[in-house]
Amino acid sequence: MTRWAMVADLRRCIGCQTCTAACKQANATPPGVQWRRVLDLELGEYPDVQRAFVPVGCQHCDDPPCMEVCPTRATGRRADGIVTIDYDLCIGCAYCAVACPYQARYKTQRAGFAFGDATVSEALRHDEARLAVATKCTFCVDRIDDGLAQGLVPGIDPSATPACVNACISKALSFGDLDDANGPVRRLLDENQHFRMHEELGTGPGFYYLWDKEAAP
Amino acid sequence: MTYGPDPWQQTQWDWRAALNVACGGAGSGLIVNATWAAAPGADPASLLLIGLALVGVGLGCVWLEIGRPWRALNVFINPRTSWMTREAYAAALLTALTLAAAAGRHGALGLAGAVALLFAYCQARMVNSARGIPAWRQPMLVPVLLGTALAEGAALLLIIRPTDAAGRPLLMTAFGVLVVLRAIAWWFYRSRLERVVAPPALRALDAAGRVLVLIGTTLPLLLLIGLAASGAAGAGAVLTVALAGVLVLASGLWFKYSLITRAGYNQGFALVHMPVRGTAR
Repeated sequence: MTRWAMVADLRRCIGCQTCTAACKQANATPPGVQWRRVLDLELGEYPDVQRAFVPVGCQHCDDPPCMEVCPTRATGRRADGIVTIDYDLCIGCAYCAVACPYQARYKTQRAGFAFGDATVSEALRHDEARLAVATKCTFCVDRIDDGLAQGLVPGIDPSATPACVNACISKALSFGDLDDANGPVRRLLDENQHFRMHEELGTGPGFYYLWDKEAAP
Repeated sequence: MTYGPDPWQQTQWDWRAALNVACGGAGSGLIVNATWAAAPGADPASLLLIGLALVGVGLGCVWLEIGRPWRALNVFINPRTSWMTREAYAAALLTALTLAAAAGRHGALGLAGAVALLFAYCQARMVNSARGIPAWRQPMLVPVLLGTALAEGAALLLIIRPTDAAGRPLLMTAFGVLVVLRAIAWWFYRSRLERVVAPPALRALDAAGRVLVLIGTTLPLLLLIGLAASGAAGAGAVLTVALAGVLVLASGLWFKYSLITRAGYNQGFALVHMPVRGTAR
């Protein structure tokens, strides 16, 4: 079995938002919609304050709360773990958005462009089907599927890998098959201590955060 | 919009969703109460139709809120897991049965009441299934929403037919019991929110809860107890009964409005470990 997953190394992320920009470029999301974004968190109280940059987005959960509540089955989950949205079925009720504990879903009611009128690029890539329905990170599923069809390995070959991972300048983001013992994701998880966001909710996110090297035995 | 560790109020469901919960609960509650509490010999049709109209207003508000209203029938696709779909099926069934009961079809009245209860339950579970909102996913919210639906339905009965209600001690007692049960459910729900819900959401709920307990429970009960003790009758009694109903109804509607539009804070983001750079702290 294949289970696509993403890893963010919190020690490496510098909050440059290159992944955010790459995602917007790759997916042509409108202003205000960031399928991949990086939080700039300050935690603690002076003088004991720490700062962390945290990439977030759809966690492609094992048990997605968004899918359970969806009244139309527009939200689905593939056998490889990618949570999908069928824009033609979605009615835009936003039930999934309030069910998602990761604030990963967006609904854009009408077309919006960065500078008012659409630029040539925006006009070319504008998709009416994504208006007034739920949208979110797809793990760049088209790149994955196209890459697999060409015999490429997602997470290894850039053209089969999510745009945010390709763009990351500090190699903080990695992608791959969780069930591949020799893949980059499995190796990183084996070599480092990690956690998942809001794990107590039992959603089983497919997004892991590394925070320290593996403790010495 | 800002993103950070601090929770923020969800913006996807606004007053229209709140009206669905408020009107749907009160309307279905009225139908439930109309099945047993309509005065002997009195035709419950008007009560049933008002209840159904309220349910319709609530669903109409949701229809105005969804992004693709002309695909609304897709809502029926997923009864296997979605409480929104189940609510839609219950609403369809409720419409048919309530109209049949209003037309005097034998046996439809009891069924309409049962399905109205089912509708209110589906609606309560629908809100409760939104796992992204801590104040909504607390299991005790289901009895709170059911309790408010029944109490507000009874309150509507008092408002619409105060003359009938004023002369029926059993009905007034049942009304009082429903109002007290609603307050008890709120108390249990509130006791489970500490350290789970964001402070601004808690403040919004506490404000609505105070209204629910003081204006929506204590005051109407005092009015009705005073009425019973004085033995007053006539226009004064009718007005007192109607006022008690208004207080219960308004406080419940305000609570549900606050729940959706003011206490709908998500849980933000949390790091259980900070990244270790250099030496661990």
